[in-house]
Amino acid sequence: MSILIGKNTRLLVQGITGNEGLFHTQQMLVYGTNIVGGVRPGKGGEWVLEGKVPIFDSVKAAADITGANASIIFVPARAATDAIFEAADAGIPLIVCITEGVPVQDMMRVRNYIDQKGVRLVGPNCPGLLTPGQAKVGIIPGNIAIPGNVGVVSRSGTLTYEVMYALMLAGMGVSTCVGIGGDPINGTNFIDCLEMFEADPFTEKVVLIGEIGGSDEEKAAEFIADHLTKPVASFIAGQTAPPGKRMGHAGAIVEGGSGLAADKVKALEKAGVKVAKHPEEIPSLL
Amino acid sequence: MKLHEYQSKQIFARYGIPIPKGRVAATADEAKTIAEELSSRVVIKSQVLVGGRGKAGGIRLARTPEEAREVATQILSMEIKGLPVRKVLVDEAAGIAKEIYLGITNDRAARKPVMMASSAGGVDIEEVARTTPEKIIKIRIDPLLGLRDYQARDLAIGIDLPKDYWRTFGEIGRGLWQAYLDCDANLAEINPLVITTDNRLIALDGKMVIDDNALFRHNDLAEMRDIDEEAPSETEARKYGLSYIKLDGSIGCMVNGAGLAMTSMDLIKLFGGEPANFLDIGGGASSEKVAAALRIILSDPNVKAVLFNIFGGITRGDEVARGILAAMNEVKPKVPMVIRLVGTNAEEGRQILANAHMITANTLAEAAQKAVAVAKGGQQP
Repeated sequence: MSILIGKNTRLLVQGITGNEGLFHTQQMLVYGTNIVGGVRPGKGGEWVLEGKVPIFDSVKAAADITGANASIIFVPARAATDAIFEAADAGIPLIVCITEGVPVQDMMRVRNYIDQKGVRLVGPNCPGLLTPGQAKVGIIPGNIAIPGNVGVVSRSGTLTYEVMYALMLAGMGVSTCVGIGGDPINGTNFIDCLEMFEADPFTEKVVLIGEIGGSDEEKAAEFIADHLTKPVASFIAGQTAPPGKRMGHAGAIVEGGSGLAADKVKALEKAGVKVAKHPEEIPSLL
Repeated sequence: MKLHEYQSKQIFARYGIPIPKGRVAATADEAKTIAEELSSRVVIKSQVLVGGRGKAGGIRLARTPEEAREVATQILSMEIKGLPVRKVLVDEAAGIAKEIYLGITNDRAARKPVMMASSAGGVDIEEVARTTPEKIIKIRIDPLLGLRDYQARDLAIGIDLPKDYWRTFGEIGRGLWQAYLDCDANLAEINPLVITTDNRLIALDGKMVIDDNALFRHNDLAEMRDIDEEAPSETEARKYGLSYIKLDGSIGCMVNGAGLAMTSMDLIKLFGGEPANFLDIGGGASSEKVAAALRIILSDPNVKAVLFNIFGGITRGDEVARGILAAMNEVKPKVPMVIRLVGTNAEEGRQILANAHMITANTLAEAAQKAVAVAKGGQQP
């Protein structure tokens, strides 16, 4: 029925007392997500949301007592890196970081560290995950998707909502939606999700939403050609964007591929993926 | 955030990287004074934040202080790729025996910093990267371990640097790594790093790009930003945490999320219009932020219509709606506005805007079509 999250998810919220943290904890609870606790150093022992969610001083303490198997991070960018390290060190197997604006060098250290730990990170700068009808771990509005057999993976936030909303209006449901985030260095990429969707018996079709920059879409296209038996539809944002400000020689040297939408579309089409002209066209391509 | 050459080289010098003697000047007279102090031939280098300064004639040699003044006068009156030259760097001229490239940046695919060197340094390094990539030696650095001495040595060996220079090259490599790390740079680059005719290694040119996301912990670097080099509207946008890029079209766009903002622009073009800007109001947009965004969009006289496309997630529809109302009361826009509001608290938002005389749309395509139509002065479809 899903990948990464579902009925068995036992979720912690790091940064639960902040404005966004509290609002979205409430939204996730209403959706039916099993939220077992929150973390806010200095507020351990208190409860929020009318006594529904206990607060702990540390992720370790929260995990020991609640048996949490996932954590979502809403703490501000300057503390987000530390929050990810804390969750990883407490042995939380799935960490979802919503926070935007995390410094890229921090993310390189985080990524190399969690890879050694065998922990999965989704994000940062992402909308999180939604398994319709089961669990929502993130900020994706719950009322724009129904349960179904389409797996959605996206680098974008709100553009993902757009696509799921279009699917719902067309009567199509989603198995799991993963927003992997738009930062240059993130925890989970397209290929990780494609692999999981291919293995998930309840996912029958896949939607991949990309955007200009980097070469992740091209790599995903290669992976699709070699490993995916399920049909894939796609949309790439930024097809008409003016060429971005380039980062100087070294940037151009490393990036390899052009990062242009046209090249991504070409690579995906070559791999047999149907690429939409605009996001509301996707349901008709599946 | 890009730093100027003179700023980058000042930072490099703090990390023990040898740079030429010299200073920055804002007038031709200052340039002359600096040339007198250096009492040698000097290079006058325009300080603008674009590449290709040399090819544009913005880097020139002067043999005497008087010539330094003349050259500086000319360069200070130039525009390079549309950017007026406001400062020049006056550096002692070096006798160049060989030009090397040395740089560090983030390797997205490897998720590690990468240090690169090439024996074919200088102005054509991009061409080298394209045509003979094997001439660029790369090493990936474990971000948890940092640059190891043997890695810098491997680079020196890889570019066939004579043995006598390995030690100094290693010190420069370590200095560059530490500067990249301490400044949260996305790029720290020396091009060229030269071997002089008297057998020294000197960083003749320097470039740094700082990660904007990390500026919160680098007040000293944030102050180096040259606001003369960007559009005033972009400076204003940054103050409010908005991501704004001015374009040439007639349809202003206010969207939450970069991907959706680009998609909205794509659709405007698809339906025959031209976007006036890219604007992402970001997550959790407050009323104040939305009001600032609208002011910035409407400050562009080309704007004939504004398209709002808000899909609530972390951004709440009611908050955005309040911001739009506040902004409209303040700036009293005369152009038609098309709004599409979906997602978190969208219903509350729509109620707030019920009496605001805005054109509403249900789908993205419909919103884009309506915006294109009203921008052209026609009736809405």
